[in-house]
Parts: sequence; structure tokens; C-alpha cells
Amino acid sequence: MLVIKNLHAKIEDKEILKGVNLEIKPGEVHAIMGPNGAGKSTLSSVLAGNDKFTVCEGSVTFNGKDLLDLPPEDRAREGVFLSFQYPVEIPGVSMVNFMRTAVNEHRKYKGQEPHSASEFLKLMREKKQLVEIDSNLTNRSVNEGFSGGEKKKNEIFQMAMLEPKLSILDETDSGLDIDALRIVANGVNKLKTKENSTIVITHYQRLLDYIVPDFVHVLYKGRIVKTGGKELALELEEKGYDWIKKEFED
Amino acid sequence: MAEDQNKILDEVTGGEYKYGFHTDIDTETIPKGLSEDVVRIISAKKEEPEWMLAFRLKAFEHWLSMKQPNWAHLNIPEIDFQDVIYYAAPKKKPELESLDEVDPELLATFEKLGIPLNEQKALAGVAVDAVIDSVSVKTTYKETLAEKGIIFCSISEAIKEYPDLIKKYLGSVVPHTDNFFAALNAAVFSDGSFVYIPKGVRCPMELSTYFRINAMNTGQFERTLIVADDDSYVSYLEGCTAPMRDENQLHAAIVEIVTMERAEVKYSTVQNWYPGDKNGIGGIYNFVTKRALCKGDYSKVMWTQVETGSAITWKYPSCVLMGNHSVGEFYSVAVTNNYQQADTGTKMIHLGKNTRSLIVSKGVSAGKSQNSYRGLVRVAKKAENARNFSQCDSLLLGDQCGAHTFPYLEITNNTAKVEHEATTSKIGEDQIFYCNQRGLSTEDAVGLIVNGYVKEVINQLPMEFAVEAQKLLQISLEGSVG
Repeated sequence: MLVIKNLHAKIEDKEILKGVNLEIKPGEVHAIMGPNGAGKSTLSSVLAGNDKFTVCEGSVTFNGKDLLDLPPEDRAREGVFLSFQYPVEIPGVSMVNFMRTAVNEHRKYKGQEPHSASEFLKLMREKKQLVEIDSNLTNRSVNEGFSGGEKKKNEIFQMAMLEPKLSILDETDSGLDIDALRIVANGVNKLKTKENSTIVITHYQRLLDYIVPDFVHVLYKGRIVKTGGKELALELEEKGYDWIKKEFED
Repeated sequence: MAEDQNKILDEVTGGEYKYGFHTDIDTETIPKGLSEDVVRIISAKKEEPEWMLAFRLKAFEHWLSMKQPNWAHLNIPEIDFQDVIYYAAPKKKPELESLDEVDPELLATFEKLGIPLNEQKALAGVAVDAVIDSVSVKTTYKETLAEKGIIFCSISEAIKEYPDLIKKYLGSVVPHTDNFFAALNAAVFSDGSFVYIPKGVRCPMELSTYFRINAMNTGQFERTLIVADDDSYVSYLEGCTAPMRDENQLHAAIVEIVTMERAEVKYSTVQNWYPGDKNGIGGIYNFVTKRALCKGDYSKVMWTQVETGSAITWKYPSCVLMGNHSVGEFYSVAVTNNYQQADTGTKMIHLGKNTRSLIVSKGVSAGKSQNSYRGLVRVAKKAENARNFSQCDSLLLGDQCGAHTFPYLEITNNTAKVEHEATTSKIGEDQIFYCNQRGLSTEDAVGLIVNGYVKEVINQLPMEFAVEAQKLLQISLEGSVG
């Protein structure tokens, strides 16, 4: 589904990704861990197409297409979803309007008719239930005045609405209390199918108790330096990153 | 990255003005220039009574003694008032009994503008007065309204048919001595609408005037007068467009509103005059004086404006709150792009006791434009317990435009309570990226964000026009991302 080869990316003149290689197959969950400043969020931004970052080398193929060649909106329409670490507020724009525009843009891209108002509201109700989002959140403006937890839940709700093929969860656990974490993780698990894949970016093993990864990768200094199963996350939790750093420096 | 921004900005500003066509209508014009003779010719063309000519001549004489104001935050190139045509009319006689007699070209023009004049096809619940260049060509639903005693006709017709009302109210809110452009308008105004709502009548439909400049080198000087008698209500909408031309055209209008006891008038404008091209060539100079006199106790006037057009806008729809407990409200969205300049706002003059006013102004600047809010809140000595709340927000798209706020407060009664809030913000790249990531193109994202920002004002517009206004905002700002 997703093949990243030798990916290098920089912001201004600072190279952050220095040759990332990663392959994700349908149905897989990959966790990406690593110390602060390793390039985890950069990787998610580059995949989503944030133009603050410049790709200087390498390739990313998504279902056979050159992902780097597509503008960010087409990447989204192709099925790449980024759950933002810091979801953005858009005052005055209702969640309903925002989501309806987004869903219909996705449908248009696929050559489908836009949803009628009633179809759309029905879809919204179903998805709200699925991810256990408070119904009045969707009556408010996009993320405006939402608490940290509400924002993250809202990301998962949007993910449910857009039914992506690849979801990238960028530190979705940061700022969540344990109950919110459970709700968010449950939502993600319910949305899992054999066809769609997930990248979970996190600092902590805690989230991986709920969203169980098939693979855990350690990103350090812009490269994936270690890959293992879910037990690697436990090891990291126990020992920290120093041993990895040491191994890498040697 | 700055390069990228410029590129996107360029793309945005590439949005085409969709009303820029010109219709080939046989037009009668008088020679360029302004003189006492020209004023007499206009009056004669309109077959006006002597008192109307006297009104015009007095204004003209006064205008000669005045200078064009230069206090606004606008860079106005010198206007040669002798290089303007002051009267242009489609040749076919404008006095029409039925639609069949309207020049088909004219009907097609308004059809193209989305303003069908055929009542069968017309927007349900909206009566339209269509003004092209200097004359009104058609007023719809006149008879339906007449049944309720409502007068809705062109001002030229009103001068002939209802001289008492016109003599009493014309110039009573905006006298010709008010300002340079008001004097000019009083001397040469050509057409516009007149509305009278009798006592206790709630106007059953939206009244609307649609102004179109078509002829070349022609100025449009329309004049609108709305009188709402005791306990009446009317909602009025004004729309305007013009062809794309390389030279600047002058538009200097006056709108006067008078509300009696407990009467309420809601006046909405969607101003979409040709703004000039992306290099700042051409466009309408829009100098407008709009003022309401809340004469009766408990009367209310609400101005809502969506200003997206014109090369230069100079406009301050105001309320004189004379009646006790009278209320004035002003909701404004002013969008400037490319080289457009706007200096717009309001004046709330509190004279009566317990008067209230509300100002909500939202400016959106893009391109190399300059957008100013200018507002005056005056509380007179005898205006006990006056209340005002003003909110002025500015949104910047890109880093080559300017937003300015000039609030003036003149309070001479210490029971007054006046509040002013102002914010300036920029559309964030992060907001746009967030929308992109959900599958929205950058243009759609900007449109969505701007519409969210101005929602408070758009919500005040009648339903039918709110949707239009939203689309218009999107077109005006296509691609302007910073």
C-alpha cells in the first residue's frame, strides 16, 4: 500500500529526514516511536503534503501512485488521513458544513454524486455513535473552544467520516486522560479493517496497549534505526532510548 | 516560500469578474460635462416639475462652492467631473405598461445577472426595481404591493405621482449641504427607488433594487428614499454590477431612510461593482451617502452590507437615533483584493433617550488592497442611557495588503455605555493545510474560512441573498492565500 524509499526532507535548510525506508501492507498497524526531534511529526507532515517541508530525495508510492506528486487535497482524496497532533480551529465554520464539504469532495474525486442533506446527516449520526463522540461537538465550529481531548476525539470522528485507506495518528495520545485515550483508541480499532492501514506515532507505549501494532519502528536522527514487533515498544518503555542511541552511534 | 505565496496569491487574484459583460443597447446620452445647463437638461428629460428643478439647481450651486473631501484613508486619483456623462438611458421609452414592451436585450441583461424581471420566473417573495444607467426600466409586483397601500416605484415616477411625500422627505435626512458627493447627487441624480410603507403594514415581500451601469463614461447617481410609517416593517435589498472597462466610472448615490414610531427597516446591500482588473486598471469609484433617521420612538434601522466590488469605496451607512428607545444596527463585510481600496463604516448618532446601537464590522483584505473601518459613535447631551457596542475585526490574506481601524467616540452624556472591540488576524497556513488534508482545495478552504469569519454578518441577510453573498465572497477571493 505505502512504500517509502530513501526519503530525505528538510525544513528551510535543515535536513530532518535522512533516508527513511518503510513498507506498509494493507491491514497492518505500524507504530513509529522515537525521542523528541527524531523526525516523527515531520514524516507525517511530509506524507500529508505540508509544503513547509521540502522533499530532497527519495520516493513515496501509495497504491501504485507517486504520492509526492499529488497536492495535499488529492492525497487526502486518495485515502491518506492525518490525525493532527494539534488540530486547528476554524471559527465560524460548523463541523457539519466542514465535514459535508470534505465528504462530498472525496465523493466527487471518486466520481460519485454528492450526498443529499439527509443522507449526510444519517451518515454523521452513525459515525458519531461508532466513535462515541458527544453529539453537540458536531454542532460547534471546527475545533473552536474544544478541549484537548475533544479535539482528538473530533479527529477520530473525521477519520470515521472519510474512511481513509491509510490513517496517520500523530501523537493522538498527547494531552488525553485515560478515559479519553480509551475512547479514541476504541474508535480507531472499530474503524480497522483488513484493507486499511494505520501508522501510530507516539512517545509512549501506553497507547499501544489499546491499539496493538504489528510492527514497531524506532526513528532516530531522521532514519528508522530499529524495527521489531510490539514487544519492542515495551522494551523502549523500560529502557528508554539511550541504548538505541548508543547502538546507532557505534 | 515567499515565492510560493506570491504564486498562490496571483492565482487567487486571477478570479474573473463574472458580470463584466456589456450589453449593446441603443442608448441616449447627453454630452459629457457638468453645468447648470446639464442639470436643466436632466430635469427636462425626466419631465420634472419646477420645484424639483429648483431643488437640483440649489444643490448644484452649493456643489460649486465645495471641494472633494480628502480625509479618508484612500488614494483617489483626481476626478475630472467634466469628463463624465451625467445622463444615459436606453432609448426605448422606459414607461412601460407590461413586460412585453421592455427591450428584449434589457430583459436578457438582467436575466444574465440572475435578476429575472418576468414575475412568473422571479424569485418568490421579492419585488424588483431594475435601474440601468440613469433610468428605472421595470418594477415588478407593483400591483400586488399597491393592494396593501405600499408604494414601490422609481424615484422619477414618485416625483410625478407623489409630490407631497417627495417634497416632505427628499433631502430631509441627507441635505445637499451634507457633503461634496451628496451635493453632486442632489444636482444630477437620475433614478433610484422610492418606497413608502403605510401605517401598520408589514411588507409581505422583500423589496429590491438592482442597479446596473452599462453605458461608457457614464456616472450613475441614484437616489433612494424609504419612508416607513408608524408600526410598519420592510426589508429592502440593493444589488449592483457594472461591465469591465479600463476607465474608471463614477457612482455617487444617496439613500435616505425615515422610520416613524415603532417602524422597522432592514436595508441590505450586496455591492459588486466592477472592482478593476488585477493591475488596478478600471473599476467603479463608489461614493455613497446612506443615512437613516430613526424619527419615531422605538423605531429601528438595520444596515447590512456586503461590499466586494468597486475600485474605491467611500461609504458610511449611518443612523440618527432621534426617537427615544430607537435602535440602529450596522453589519458589514468589506472585502478588498488586488488594488481595491475601501474606507467604510458607520455613524451612530444618539440623540434620543435609551437609544441603542450595534456595530459589527468584518474587513477582509487580500492582494495589495487597503481596507479601512471608520466609525463614529456620538452620544448627545440629552441622550440619557445610550448604549453602543462595536466590534471591528480585520482579516488579512497575504502580506501586501493593509487593514486599518479608525474609531471615533464623542460622548457628552455620562450615562452612556460604549464598548469597542477590535481584532486583526491572518488566515493561517495551518488552517488551510488542515482543510487540504481533509480533501478541500486551497480555494475552497479560503472560501470556507472567510465565510466562517463573516458568518455573523451574512446571517443578517435575507435567506435568498445570503447564499449569493457567500458565493460572491468566494469568487472575490479566489486563491488569495498568505
